Amino acid sequence: MEIYLPIAQMPVDPFVVLAMGAFVGLLSGLLGIGGGFLMTPLLIFIGIPPAVAVATQSNQLVAASVSGVIAHWRRRNVDFKLGLVMLLGGGIGSAIGVALFAKLKALGQIDLVISLTYVLFLGLVAALMMIDNFKVLVLRRNVPTRRKLHEHNALHRLPLRMRFPRSRLYISALLPLGIGFVGGMMVAIMGIGGGFILVPAMIYLLGMPIGLVAGTSLFQIIFTTGITTFLQAVTTHAVDVVLAAVLIVGGVIGAQVGTRLGHLLKPEYSRLAHASIVLVVAVKLAYDLFTRPENLFSVVTMGN
Amino acid sequence: MKAWVLAFLMLLAAVRAEAQTLSADLSSHVIGITTGFVGANLVLFGSTDKPGDIAIIVRGPPTDITVRKKGKILGVWINRSSAVFHDAPSFYAVAATKPLKDIALPENLTRHAIGLENVKLQPIGRMPEQDLATFRAALITAQEKVDLYRDSVAPVTFLGEHLFRADMFFPANVPTGSYSVEVLLLSGGEVVSAQTTPLIVSRIGFSNGVFVVAHRHAALYGTGALIFAIAAGWAAGAVFRRV
Repeated sequence: MEIYLPIAQMPVDPFVVLAMGAFVGLLSGLLGIGGGFLMTPLLIFIGIPPAVAVATQSNQLVAASVSGVIAHWRRRNVDFKLGLVMLLGGGIGSAIGVALFAKLKALGQIDLVISLTYVLFLGLVAALMMIDNFKVLVLRRNVPTRRKLHEHNALHRLPLRMRFPRSRLYISALLPLGIGFVGGMMVAIMGIGGGFILVPAMIYLLGMPIGLVAGTSLFQIIFTTGITTFLQAVTTHAVDVVLAAVLIVGGVIGAQVGTRLGHLLKPEYSRLAHASIVLVVAVKLAYDLFTRPENLFSVVTMGN
Repeated sequence: MKAWVLAFLMLLAAVRAEAQTLSADLSSHVIGITTGFVGANLVLFGSTDKPGDIAIIVRGPPTDITVRKKGKILGVWINRSSAVFHDAPSFYAVAATKPLKDIALPENLTRHAIGLENVKLQPIGRMPEQDLATFRAALITAQEKVDLYRDSVAPVTFLGEHLFRADMFFPANVPTGSYSVEVLLLSGGEVVSAQTTPLIVSRIGFSNGVFVVAHRHAALYGTGALIFAIAAGWAAGAVFRRV
């Protein structure tokens, strides 16, 4: 069976798309990541034009993160105050990111910049997480986050200190603002939620309680992906609602199951799984950048 | 003066003769793409009162196609050079009564752009002949891979002496727009008669509705997509609460 996608202008097997949505949704619920960095390549792999893939999956991320946040919210695992401060930074970041994207596109090397940014960020995050996991799982050292309630690092003493009662933090507002800003830039430039960088940043830089990280990052991602969806719909007309609907159905089911399973999974293993996935994607992208492609040519037909 | 009149009369006679020599039509002039579209089959029927071979060339709406070539810089493979082909056919397929080399001379095949090696692909700007050939070949290979260009020549069969037919398949990823279906009658390697029939491929029903709203009412479409996504996420949350 196949259905025709009106914006991508091609037919797809809905069950393949459903399965992809469920797979990414499961990881999203389990690890508190949006999964955009996995979904975009998967969609492109089945032949969806990259512009449509990026725009559409930001739409599906809205649904996945809403359902994820509801599940976390019920367990009081969302720090709304901290999320809102991050969101403020996210708004500024995505505005600058959109401008930067246009500039890079004019220079004709946006694909390269996207790939390099992915490799850099993913590689960095994966390496940090792997080192950490190694300490915890192999050396049996204590979890390096929040050894005590009021653990602060130098960054926390920056000006504009603010209380975040839910997370029991008294830190500079510039820190969540800055993390949100980087996340916002990534939404605009890479077309992803940015969870894979937000989550470790919130753990390692903010030192927030680990149970609140996933819910709070998803809360912020609802808004950044929502803004991106709207901007994509207005500027590139590349949001395919039929494709999004199929992805959403798979995604929300996967996310709910993932959130439930997340409670059975020890945090060390959940982070190890997260780090491994990020590492695999980073290595694959780096490999593609540095090896001679099978086909040197790529062909782009103007849309009608 | 006399010569002019004679030439005019001869031309008129030729036009009249041609009108009678070849006529063809499609089983349908419209292909509608719905949500369940899986491709379409059309039949072309025609008749001719002169002996000869028939070649049918189907061309999709002209479009600009960019071909990029990767090269190595500092160990990284990036897009280094590119060619833009202006008004390239977005779809190209040929049907004929015999293999193309048996029905026309190579120069005639080239002149009438019959066969995949003769597709008219005009680059924007100048570039060395050799580079052009590789970009052209890359474009054709890529289009063949998605079944929008076809190297194989589909059969045209004669039913008796005058009537001929050809079956044409359009895949599900067929581009929308106006197509031209050119029917040529060849005799002794030369084109002696020609007729062109239009064909429209367009989205209809739901899939067209979505496309039109997305382009003409983009803000509304974006808002709708957001509301839908939020509602779906919320609904999933509500449903799973009880499970």
